[in-house]
Amino acid sequence: MNFTLIGKHETDSRANRDAYVTAMQEMMSANDKVCHIDCDLYGCINTKKLEKEFPKQTFNAGIAEANAVGVAAGMTATGRTVFVHSFGCFASRRVYDQAFMSCAYAKLPVHILGSDPGISAAYNGGTHMPFEDMAIYMAIPEAVVVDPTDYAMLYDLTKKLAASQKFSYMRMVRKGIVKVYDDGADFEIGKGVTLKEGKDVTIIASGIMVDEALKAQETLAAEGISAKVVDMFTWKPIDEELIVKSAEETGCIVTAENHNVKTGLGAAVAQVLAKNKPVVMEMVGVEDRFGQVGAQKFLQEEYGLTAAHIVEAVKKAISRK
Amino acid sequence: MQKAEKMQALRVFAAEIRLETLKTIGSLGFGHVGGSMSVVEALAVLYGEVMKVDPKNPRWEDRDWCVMSKGHAGPAMYATLGLKGYYEVEQAYTLNQPHTNFPSHTDRTKTPGIDLTTGSLGQGISAAVGAALGNKMDERNNHVFVFVGDGECDEGQVWEAAQFAAHYKLDNLVCLVDDNKMQLDGKVEEIMGHAKGIGAKFDAFGWNVINVENGNDVEQIYDAVMAAYDCKGMPTCIVLNTTKGKGATFAEPTGAHSSQPSKEQWDEAIKAAEAELARVKAQ
Repeated sequence: MNFTLIGKHETDSRANRDAYVTAMQEMMSANDKVCHIDCDLYGCINTKKLEKEFPKQTFNAGIAEANAVGVAAGMTATGRTVFVHSFGCFASRRVYDQAFMSCAYAKLPVHILGSDPGISAAYNGGTHMPFEDMAIYMAIPEAVVVDPTDYAMLYDLTKKLAASQKFSYMRMVRKGIVKVYDDGADFEIGKGVTLKEGKDVTIIASGIMVDEALKAQETLAAEGISAKVVDMFTWKPIDEELIVKSAEETGCIVTAENHNVKTGLGAAVAQVLAKNKPVVMEMVGVEDRFGQVGAQKFLQEEYGLTAAHIVEAVKKAISRK
Repeated sequence: MQKAEKMQALRVFAAEIRLETLKTIGSLGFGHVGGSMSVVEALAVLYGEVMKVDPKNPRWEDRDWCVMSKGHAGPAMYATLGLKGYYEVEQAYTLNQPHTNFPSHTDRTKTPGIDLTTGSLGQGISAAVGAALGNKMDERNNHVFVFVGDGECDEGQVWEAAQFAAHYKLDNLVCLVDDNKMQLDGKVEEIMGHAKGIGAKFDAFGWNVINVENGNDVEQIYDAVMAAYDCKGMPTCIVLNTTKGKGATFAEPTGAHSSQPSKEQWDEAIKAAEAELARVKAQ
């Protein structure tokens, strides 16, 4: 693992999806066995580019996600590395049986990419807003399930997953996203990233909530509370060692996720703590609700996914110690 | 070898597969007899004459593939592959016992010669389409065969796969429909009919469709596969008009999806299959 934390809370000028496309362009040009399958969503994630440059490695399956995932399984059985993309809601709920049986159970390491995770589905609304996609995939034995934080991480994880030979699900925010890491960062699946050391509490976050956690850390520091911040992009396998160590060091944990807390990161961290080092814990995230339509900013407030909500949860956790 | 001799050899192979399939399922005493029996002749044609395979190197890259999308016909696959020399055929008598390599539904991670995992109906055809696409990209001169059931054709995924295969002109793909007219709850036409027919549906999806009047006749199946090989630019669907439970004395009269006959009924069925094998051999 090797990274430089930027942490200026500034939005990247590049669309996040381009990190995936760039990583794929590099891999596809180096290896003609790397393929992309889309489900009539080239236009949403710029993968038309891949079709233009690599027409023999890029396929549009039309609006038929279940078949797309099955086709990916068959192609993988012919020695290919295949990524399949749809919106996160369809890339999880709609294709679950195919992902489970044709891919994961059959030991065919297909890589499923779900765009517009959680509140980033914004104007597409509740029908398109997965707060359960990660949970669905975490229920599959041996699956790798990741929630990349920013452009640099999405780029790196795309390559890491391709090399992993393990069935995976990765979330992807499409538009510009806060730049947390400098380009060239190198991550390890299964290892969380400690972004700030602290002694009073550990905030464990992923995806768009990492920057909120860093903002919360600054607010808390100004009030004399020392918060450790961990980026747990790797929900499965989760970094048990780092969670336990953080619990021992800080005595309480707050998780922050763009997902239902009952089945997501909060639940996964709680399971590790309950088994190894029970400490006080609070969870910031969606409280077992459906999504709804609106601007991402509105949704962030509506579902309690802001730095202020993390600060509040931290104070509550510390008071319960 | 003259065609007549080839066909005689295939009839013998089919009778052997039928007997071994019964012994395999009979080793446990219950299982999916009906849908295993109906595909026996097609398996005999594929593995006995048509497919290029190497039983000692099951994942040979230039092989022809066979996917049993109606995965519950696993026992018929196991009998075929065992007789073909992928393993000792008796190994399949561990069917569905703890830690067996011969589970109810075909599993590529367990049984040598099984190309793709199936069981959840409708999925095998998509995976077969992916395998056909991958082999085409590799410019291999091979074919992917996939068996789907007529009941399985209720699944929407079959038709998603059908449109994809036609769109990408996968003429290295041959889908064999086991049209045995029965599904678990009864007659297909009563449970969920196929309107103008399954062949008509595939035709509408842009496939080359070949109807085989007797899908339990090796020569008719062989001729259909040869015709499929001649068709370029589109995938071929061979509709096999078959009999569910064919040749299993306790299952053929009812067309049952799964059977748990008595010991006496098993003995009778196996005896009948042995007699049939002897009769065919003597032809």
